[in-house]
Amino acid sequence: MLVTNLTILVLAGFIGFAVISKIPNTLHTPLMSGTNAIHGIVLLGGLLVIGLAGNSAFNKLILVIAIAFGTINIVGGFLVTDRMLEMFKRKPTSAPKDGEQK
Amino acid sequence: MILATSFVHNENFLRVLYIVAFALFIYGLMGLTGPRTAVRGNRIAAVGMAIAVIATLLQPGEGNWGLIILGVAIGTAVGIPAARRVRMTAMPQMVALFNGVGGGAVFLIAWAEFDNTGGYAHPAGLHSAASGAVPTYVAVFSVFAAIIGSVSFWGSNIAFGKLQELLPGRPITLGSLQQPVNFALGAVAIALGVIIVAGSHSELIFILMLLAAAALGNAVVLPIGGADMPVVISLLNAATGLSAAATGVALNNPALIVAGMIVGASGSILTNLMAVAMNRSIPAIIAGGFGGGGVVAGATGAGAFEGTVRSTSAADVAMQLAYARQVVVVPGYGMAVAQAQHAVRELAKALEARGVEVKYAIHPVAGRMPGHMNVLLAEADVPYDQLKEMDDINPEFPRTDVALVIGANDVTNPAAHTNPGSPIYGMPILDVENSQSVVVIKRSMNPGFAGIENELYYKPNTSMLFGDAKGAVADITAELADI
Repeated sequence: MLVTNLTILVLAGFIGFAVISKIPNTLHTPLMSGTNAIHGIVLLGGLLVIGLAGNSAFNKLILVIAIAFGTINIVGGFLVTDRMLEMFKRKPTSAPKDGEQK
Repeated sequence: MILATSFVHNENFLRVLYIVAFALFIYGLMGLTGPRTAVRGNRIAAVGMAIAVIATLLQPGEGNWGLIILGVAIGTAVGIPAARRVRMTAMPQMVALFNGVGGGAVFLIAWAEFDNTGGYAHPAGLHSAASGAVPTYVAVFSVFAAIIGSVSFWGSNIAFGKLQELLPGRPITLGSLQQPVNFALGAVAIALGVIIVAGSHSELIFILMLLAAAALGNAVVLPIGGADMPVVISLLNAATGLSAAATGVALNNPALIVAGMIVGASGSILTNLMAVAMNRSIPAIIAGGFGGGGVVAGATGAGAFEGTVRSTSAADVAMQLAYARQVVVVPGYGMAVAQAQHAVRELAKALEARGVEVKYAIHPVAGRMPGHMNVLLAEADVPYDQLKEMDDINPEFPRTDVALVIGANDVTNPAAHTNPGSPIYGMPILDVENSQSVVVIKRSMNPGFAGIENELYYKPNTSMLFGDAKGAVADITAELADI
């Protein structure tokens, strides 16, 4: 199990490098905020552990906090990235002559 | 295992859902390579996240629904308004905050798992140490996640506090003791982690480890000045990603591993790019002190340069701009704090109406995040083909009549080329000094966040327009209308 997981770990690292290297400077702030949303996936960890039997009351408390944190990370992260990217989308209204001038 | 009650609870089906989820993450991120496909890319990644969450909820034995709903409801109630209301200028601290809660979730989960498994000793869910042993690697990865998650949580919160100006932006350091202290805290956290991996079931030791990591997170970020914050946030982002991946290994969850590693890779790339753009090594930034005048104070006092500072008026600037052929706007953090992006756009429109060519020169680390200026100008509807990256715009400055520097400082400092003693020597800058004339809009003569005097301001072709960026730009636009 460990070896399979380590394989996934290493390959995912390389895929990450390959994909992210292609992203232009202009989009680095949304990229940071988008990947930030993605690590909210730790929410899954919270969901898995809270589902187990044998959690003490204190455990349940910290897991609810963890789930809330993970949800904030995901929901907030994706929304804020969406807001930013929407601004990049509505595009060249003015500057029709810009192309020929360079 | 194949005794699952129904098709949807079939483990292989759930694994396929995870594969679909992380395929969507990767595909979504690929969409971020262009502004046109980026919105879709982000939404695709969000769909992937939803699928991953649903797959997890379908796991056999999932329970405690009330608590899950409670946690998700709290998170949604906090997250949505925060994301909706934040102003674009406050984006860096928002990212820091979201990053912090992610790190918080990581260490809390590791803690709960420690508690549930009697110190990673027996499989989760059994409070008797009866059946089966847990492989050591589970403890190793969980402890790693706990330490890094805790560092990231506290570090991000400090970064948020500094950017939000709840804490002073300048470095808060212990001086020469700082590095030994950081080192000691790190060593203590690791030592306690090793004790747990070696088989300690003591919750006290686990809590002490979290506290040492928390202290380390504070101690590392507090001494770092405002200018270096973007690098720190990016680094912490990578750290949270890696800790999420470690959680994934411990919990044997491939979706967590893939997503965490991608974030780790992306954060590392961005951190490195920024460090290169600022001519600083990552270890030097973490060692702290820079970025707020700590190290360089006294290197060059005010008035150390030949020449005088020439102050100008909005009317004069308007005149200069009106008769220019090409104007290059150089925005910096000053534009962001003054919320001046819309005013800048208005000015550019007025100039374009007079046939002046307007371009924007974007330094890779202008603002508080890489690409921060692009976001703000996009918010103000500036077409992105007018935004020029450093390497494209630098050859254009000699052909530029007026370079209008709005709240940017260090990224225009010629000392990066000329003064080997300067801390920013060798940093690639925007060569605004090569234009016919330079107008700098600035609140005062105070040095920028790096605490370095800018000799650009003393050059004969430079004039200073003192004032708040938004007000000053609006004044110029108003004067322009009267010409």
